Amino acid sequence: MSAADVPLWAALPATVLLICGGLLTLVGSLGLLRLDSFFARIHAPTMGGTLGAGCVLLASMLTSTALAERLVIHELLITLFILITAPVTTTLLMRAAMLRSRE
Amino acid sequence: MKRPPLLPLLPVVLAIVWLLLNDSLSLGHVLLGLVFAVLVSAAVRLLRPLPAWPQRLHVAIHLCWQVFLDIVRSNIDVGRVILGATRRQPTIGFVKIPLDLRDPHGLAMLSIIVTGTPGTVWSGLDPATNVLTLHVLDLQDEEAWVRTIKHRYERPLMGIFE
Amino acid sequence: MNAILPFAVNFALACFALAMVCALIRLLRGPAAQDRILALDTLYINGMLTILMLGIGFGAAIYFDIALLIALFGFVGSTAMAKFLLRGEVIEP
Repeated sequence: MSAADVPLWAALPATVLLICGGLLTLVGSLGLLRLDSFFARIHAPTMGGTLGAGCVLLASMLTSTALAERLVIHELLITLFILITAPVTTTLLMRAAMLRSRE
Repeated sequence: MKRPPLLPLLPVVLAIVWLLLNDSLSLGHVLLGLVFAVLVSAAVRLLRPLPAWPQRLHVAIHLCWQVFLDIVRSNIDVGRVILGATRRQPTIGFVKIPLDLRDPHGLAMLSIIVTGTPGTVWSGLDPATNVLTLHVLDLQDEEAWVRTIKHRYERPLMGIFE
Repeated sequence: MNAILPFAVNFALACFALAMVCALIRLLRGPAAQDRILALDTLYINGMLTILMLGIGFGAAIYFDIALLIALFGFVGSTAMAKFLLRGEVIEP
């Protein structure tokens, strides 16, 4: 039981999703290096946090459903959790940065 | 007009989360999940005096789809800004948006939508005047942002929560 | 039997490893404290995605629980640090 045993109908969409997710996350993290100021940088990791994580989690759901031959959707929990919690951290960091840059 | 929903929202969501976490639909887990859901929501009622009564499911589904499309679109935009950053650094800036939405759950949802979309970050709400400060990565047209936020997100949220 | 999914898993693993290197450089170099916290936040999300990727590659369900725990603790950690920057203490009396 490994990635090579996944049937083709699940493997093809999972491949596309994984490549998209990997590239999106990579570009998002690259933004940490390429952008100049902190206020521009704070937008970059959101890319990996939303669509990148979403693509990978969808691919994980597809492959585990195909391997177990029943509906396995507990990755939905991680997706929801990331979607709800990542903005909290970003907002707090934004307010902290605004407070510190004003001093 | 506010009316109580058909199903109590919190216990149902908690029971679904329990079943997902255990990845099973057996009778024992269903019963245990229901017991946990009722106990936890009774305990949480003391902490949160303001229950949320979202209405109009079709508006909510349409809003979710809209947010998904916007996340995809702004991911592409932000990716393009990052990859072209050697030639031109983006023009960052703050936008002030006066809001009509007052419901705290609606405001929380709005902040999650705005911050979850790459390119915009919620950076504070003045409770006295209800003016939102929004930080935008590539600010070209201030009026367009105000119109987008108010028309695309605030109006459906007011329909759902108020 | 197919060969494309293992290729995609390896490709995504390489992407996440490079992304983690980017975050690590920002973590070590970052001029202000908020830059370092932002880099740590990115690092834990990338780490979680790497673990999920290993889960797809080996076809094992146990990696899901590890990823969920990393997501939980990473959120608590970076929120606590951001709150500390904001107010000077994490839990206010």
